[in-house]
Amino acid sequence: MSSRDAILQRLRHRSGGELTAPECDFSVLDRPEWTTAEKLDMFEQTIESVHGEVHRTTESGWIDRLAEILQSRGAQSLLIAKDHEIGQALQSATKGREDLPHLLIYDEPVESWQETLFSEVDAGITSTRGGIAETGSLILWPSVDEPRLMSLVPPIHIAVLKASELYTTFHQAMQSQGWATGMPTNALLISGPSKTADIEQTLAYGVHGPKELIVLVIE
Amino acid sequence: MSETAQHSAHHIDVKEFHPRARAAIHNPQIRQNFRKAMDGLMTKRKSAFEGWDLETLRDLGANIRLRALANLPDLLEQLEQKLTENGITVHWATDGDEACEIVRDICLARNAKSVIKGKSMVSEEMELNHYLEEQGIEALESDLGEYIVQLADETPSHIIMPAIHKNTEEISQLLHDKTGTDLSHDVEYLTANARLQLREKFMNADVGVSGVNFAVAETGTLCLVENEGNGRMTTTVPPCHIAVTGIEKVVPNLEDVTALLALLTRSATGQHITTYFNMISGPRKADELDGPEEVHVVLVDNGRSTIYQDDELLDTLRCIRCGACMNHCPVYTRVGGHAYGTTYPGPIGAILMPHMVGLDEGRHLPTASSLCGACGEVCPVKIPIPDLLVRLRQESVDGDTVHPAKVAGHGAKRSTVEAMIWKGWSWMHARPGIYRLGTALGARFRKLQPGKIGGWTQYRTAPKLAAKTLHERMKERSQ
Ligand code: SF4
Repeated sequence: MSSRDAILQRLRHRSGGELTAPECDFSVLDRPEWTTAEKLDMFEQTIESVHGEVHRTTESGWIDRLAEILQSRGAQSLLIAKDHEIGQALQSATKGREDLPHLLIYDEPVESWQETLFSEVDAGITSTRGGIAETGSLILWPSVDEPRLMSLVPPIHIAVLKASELYTTFHQAMQSQGWATGMPTNALLISGPSKTADIEQTLAYGVHGPKELIVLVIE
Repeated sequence: MSETAQHSAHHIDVKEFHPRARAAIHNPQIRQNFRKAMDGLMTKRKSAFEGWDLETLRDLGANIRLRALANLPDLLEQLEQKLTENGITVHWATDGDEACEIVRDICLARNAKSVIKGKSMVSEEMELNHYLEEQGIEALESDLGEYIVQLADETPSHIIMPAIHKNTEEISQLLHDKTGTDLSHDVEYLTANARLQLREKFMNADVGVSGVNFAVAETGTLCLVENEGNGRMTTTVPPCHIAVTGIEKVVPNLEDVTALLALLTRSATGQHITTYFNMISGPRKADELDGPEEVHVVLVDNGRSTIYQDDELLDTLRCIRCGACMNHCPVYTRVGGHAYGTTYPGPIGAILMPHMVGLDEGRHLPTASSLCGACGEVCPVKIPIPDLLVRLRQESVDGDTVHPAKVAGHGAKRSTVEAMIWKGWSWMHARPGIYRLGTALGARFRKLQPGKIGGWTQYRTAPKLAAKTLHERMKERSQ
């Protein structure tokens, strides 16, 4: 008999007999309906408590803000998506201005430029599918246009979040967006920069992923 | 089972708990490292649950796990089907050795020479690193704590914080000796160096091996909880990802993970959530630009289906590996993780390991507890750990008279003398006249009581018999 069948058979013919499944009541996760302003305050407070940075900005002002942020960090290069509106906006903005760093478009399989990605890209910018106020989390569904490593490898990750897409809890976000009907190859909650406390519980950032997580909130 | 037991036994003798515990108790550095860390974790956990209806949330956590266990075989089949539909290859292993062989075969088929690992306690259970090294495949841990432990050629001393037994000074020295970094107490510097060294390894690794926190049957999704990003690297950068997981990690619905995640991170480290919650539902699609081209899942039994047979012991399988029980355990805090000599230390280890190594090997584990009840009180899925400790203690000396014993090696601790003493004890207590005579004689001849009573007086003074029996004193009172 295969291991699979042996294991399943042992589980099926449980000597203690059939087990009954209890009811699961998820209402303990419910929160009162918060306004967008309240959610944003909560989100900001929570993510900042874990070293994330939030900048409130607007549809017309975010590129200026981004330029300032990247300049203050001396970032030389920024990884962007090819087709997403964020990538598009940056590509057209950069034509008329000097204050944005060199733009790199993630449009080739990683294998062909892995070395560069790992050692020479200073920052990456991605969109989000919303945020979670209670835990200060960003929802990312990496895609063909915004691959998985964009938000992981560069030392600075900038995420663009629409204030109107803030949810109160993870449970609410998942239910509202109907995740159970189909998941992408990879989905993520990101709640701060990469960190470790493995050396005597002392926090250190950027151990493997980004050292900085900067959220541009479009109000 | 027995093969696995031998496999792990030749590294550390689990039976030798007492000498190791004694040595740890007399090691001020160990005492200090654990005390400091556990105190911090207890405080953080407490504040992370402020404002929550914790009891109701724990009930939900327990019910979610119980519901999953009630339908375990069906859920595993559903999980297998969904994962397969998503393009993930599913393997089944009855024990750690078979799981190791499966990983080896995947590596061989890809001609893989190097494996990079994210944190996985199941792979520790399998002793995968040693196995792969023997097969000529390099296996490198990438979680900073695991990396440190691996460089020191040790095993994790805590399931969440593997290197908690070491302080900065020791780690600095170790990294200096093994990797050539400068001696420094600057944690930022040490971490940055590890980042550099491990990035190189991520880029060149042929296979990434990770664990799984929750496996969702409904969608065929593997969920990984982590702070560092090494888990994401492990599951994204190498061309092949192998996830190893115990068969009990499956939950029916995606919704379930929201409650379990809320409990897990707060219980473990007092975080509202970890930096990354990574949900993987398939390998890289044809048009995607990164991610592994192959994803495998190894479903490992390794004794779990045995525990599953018994109504009480089954509760052990609810565990979500948060580590809260060890953080709150007065024994663990004093002796540290290595004293146990097992993959899983602390209260969860004491109830889980006897199933894996047998009660002859693991005879002392259920006694490494004061039965204070803290573990049961903090467990986010309400595992009645103290009850299970008592049950296993019973099985280690007897079992059959109360329950048909289930755990391998039951009765290993049985001593004929002790059994006779207890037999006499219960015989005497069932007969009031003889009981009174016995206690009265004890009180009269108490001077003859030996000053040393075996193990009891090794750390304690011997209890003294009173000059008068309780019956006599009560009689005096009522006069
Ligand atoms: S037994 Fe409970 S407290 Fe201990 S690790 Fe498992 S879930 Fe956490």
